[in-house]
Amino acid sequence: MEKEKGQKVSPEKKSELEQKPMIKRRTLLKALVGVPVLGVFAFELFKKWTYDQEKKNRILQELGLGEIQAPVILKSSPGSKIELLRIGIIGFGNRAVSHANGLGYMHPNDVEGRKKNETLNDWLAQENLNVAITGICDVFDLHAENGLATANNDIRTGGGSPSGLPVKRYRTYQEMLDDKDIDAVMIATPDHHHAKITIAAAKAGKHVYCEKSPAHNEAELYEMYDTVKSSKIVYQLGHQVPQSVIFQQAKDIIKKDILGKITLVETTTNRNTSDGAWIRNLDKNGKPKPGDEKSIDWEQWLGSAPKVPFSLDRYYNWTKFFDYDFGLIGQLFTHEFDAVNQLLRIGIPKSVVSSGGIYYWKDNRDMPDLLHCVFEYPDRDLTLLYSATLANSRSRGRVFMGHDASMELGSAISITADGDSTRYKKQIESGLIDPSGPMVSFNPNSGKIDAVTTATEKYYAARGLTTTTINGRPVDVTHLHIKEWIDCIRSGAAPSANIERAFEEGVACLMAHKSYVEKRRTEWDPVNRKIV
Amino acid sequence: MKENKIFTPLQVSVLVVLRILIGWHLLYEGFSKLLIPNWSSVSFLKESQWILTGFSKWIISHPGILNAVDLLNTWGLIAIGAGLILGLFTRVAAISGAILLFVYYLNNPPLIGLEYSVPTEGNYLVVSKTLIESVALAALAVFPAGSFAGLDMLVSRFRNSNNKMEE
Repeated sequence: MEKEKGQKVSPEKKSELEQKPMIKRRTLLKALVGVPVLGVFAFELFKKWTYDQEKKNRILQELGLGEIQAPVILKSSPGSKIELLRIGIIGFGNRAVSHANGLGYMHPNDVEGRKKNETLNDWLAQENLNVAITGICDVFDLHAENGLATANNDIRTGGGSPSGLPVKRYRTYQEMLDDKDIDAVMIATPDHHHAKITIAAAKAGKHVYCEKSPAHNEAELYEMYDTVKSSKIVYQLGHQVPQSVIFQQAKDIIKKDILGKITLVETTTNRNTSDGAWIRNLDKNGKPKPGDEKSIDWEQWLGSAPKVPFSLDRYYNWTKFFDYDFGLIGQLFTHEFDAVNQLLRIGIPKSVVSSGGIYYWKDNRDMPDLLHCVFEYPDRDLTLLYSATLANSRSRGRVFMGHDASMELGSAISITADGDSTRYKKQIESGLIDPSGPMVSFNPNSGKIDAVTTATEKYYAARGLTTTTINGRPVDVTHLHIKEWIDCIRSGAAPSANIERAFEEGVACLMAHKSYVEKRRTEWDPVNRKIV
Repeated sequence: MKENKIFTPLQVSVLVVLRILIGWHLLYEGFSKLLIPNWSSVSFLKESQWILTGFSKWIISHPGILNAVDLLNTWGLIAIGAGLILGLFTRVAAISGAILLFVYYLNNPPLIGLEYSVPTEGNYLVVSKTLIESVALAALAVFPAGSFAGLDMLVSRFRNSNNKMEE
C-alpha cells in the first residue's frame, strides 16, 4: 500500500488521474481477483446446503416425521379473570419446596440463592397461575415454618402480586380438609399417608395433587380409586417427567410406528450415592439434621403404620422401610411406569416377577438396593423390564425396542435404526440410514427434529451434550405438571396422570412389591379386582 | 509493477493464494455456524482448558455475554473470511483472524496432560493446525498481501485521489 502511495505522488500521475479513468485495466483485474473466488464459494455453499437439507428431509420424509413441529407451551387463559384458587400443602419437605416453586412461590433464602447463581429470572418468567398458598400442614415445626415463610414471601412469578390472604398453619390434615377456605391440596408426605389423605380430601371435595406412589396397600388403593371416581375432584399424580416437551414427540414417533413392533421396554435406575440410596439424616457437613420428639408429632407421622419409638433415621430415611414405602418401586419405578404408560398405555400387567437383594448398603434397611422387576403384557406382546442399582451410576437410560428401531428417551430423544430392520433394509443398504449411530434426534433446546447427519452432531447427540439451554429459557416440568392440574380444575378436563393412570400404576407397584416380598410370581385378576 | 520490485511474481502469487485459502476456510467456518440452528460456542467453551478456562466459564455463566460471543464469532469469521478473499482491509482482517485463532488455540492447546472429551481429527503435540493457521495469518499481516491483488489496491488509490482533491 505504501509503495502505491509513493507511486502516485509523481506529477505525471497526478495529471493522468485527473484526465483519464483512475485505474488501469490490469490493476482493476488484479484488485477484483477475490470476487470470482467469492462467487465460487457462494455456489459451493449453496450446493452443500441443499445437499444437507435434502438428505435430512429424505430421512424425515421416509420416516413420516416431516410435518412434526416443536410444540409450544400453551398459555392458559388470562389470569386476572379466573377465580383465585386457594391451595393447602400437606407435608412441607423437599418435594413441597418444588411444588411451591411450581406454584410461583419461593422461600426468601432460595430467592437469594437463585440471585447468586443467576437463575432467578428463569423462575420469575414462569407463568402466574393465579393461586394462593393459604394453608401449610406439617408434623415438624421447622418444615411448617419453612412453608409459612415461603407462602408469606411476596415475590411471585409471571408478574403476579400477593393475594393478601392470610396463611394458616394446620396441626393435622383433617383440620385443613375441614376448612372451607381451602379449594385444593397438594400431598407430599411419606407414601403411607398418600391414599388415606387422598380419600379424606376427595370426601371433603378438595382437589388433589399427590406425589407418587399412589397407595401403600391394595385395600386403600381400591378405596381411593372408588372414592375419587365417585367424587367431582380433579386428581393428579405427581409425575412431572412426561411434561417434558419431547414426550409429545415421542408420542408421535410411537403413533407413526417408526420403531416397528415394540416388544421390549427397558427402564433403569442408576445411582451410586448415599443420598441416592435414601440415607438423608445427615446434612452436608455430616452432622445430624434437626428434629426431636418435641418438634415432631411422631404419633401423627406414624399414622396407621406400626408403632415404633421415635427415630430420626425413620423420620428422614423412611424410604428404607417397607412400613412407609416400597423403596425403589415406590420412589423411582413409579416414574418409569408412568413414562411408559403415558406413551404406550400398557395399563396393568398380567404378571410380575421381582428379584433382588441388599448387596451394597448393608444398614438396617428393608428395601433392596439391587432390584429387577419383569412385567409381562402377553396381550400386547410386550415385556417391561425395570433394572435398578444403587451401587453403580453407569447411565443405562430408558429404551423402547422395536423390530425396526430403538428409541432412547431421556431429556432428549435419539432413535437408532436396527441393523436387521425389515422396514429400513433398503435405506440401510443405500447408506441413507446408518444403524451404527442415531438416525434421528430430538433435542428440546434446538426446537426441532433433526436427522443426524454430521459426525459431530452424531457425537454430541450420543453423549447428550446437545441438551444445553441457550435461547429458550429452561421451564420447570413440575410447574407444567401442576399447571395442567390447575387448568383441569378450572376447565373440568381430566389431567394426564389422572386416577385411572394412578390405579394402573398402583396395581403394578403392589404386584412388583408383593412378588419381591413373597419371592414368587404375582398375577392380576381383573374380574375380582385382586392381586393373586 | 513498480510496487512489487522486491517480490518475485511467484512469491506474490503464493502469498495471494494462501490469503484466499485461509479466507475461504474462515468464511465457511462462519457460515456453517450460521446454518446450524441454535449453534452456540458453549460446547467448545465447556471443553476449555489451560489459561482461559476461567474466562470461558465466565462467558458460559452469563447468557447475554454468551449470545454476544456467539454472534461476534459467527459474523467475525464471515467478515474476516470475506476480507481475506477479497483482499479488502487485508491487514485488519489478517491481524484479527490471527488473534481469534490464537484465542481458539489457547482454549484447547494440545499440551501434555490436557485431555479433551471431543476427539480431534489429527495428532498434535503442542502445535496444532489452529496455531499454524494463526501464525500464517500473522505472516500475511506483515506482508502487504492485499496490495498485490485485492480491493485494497482500489481503496488506497481512492484515498490518495481524495487526498489530492483536498490539496
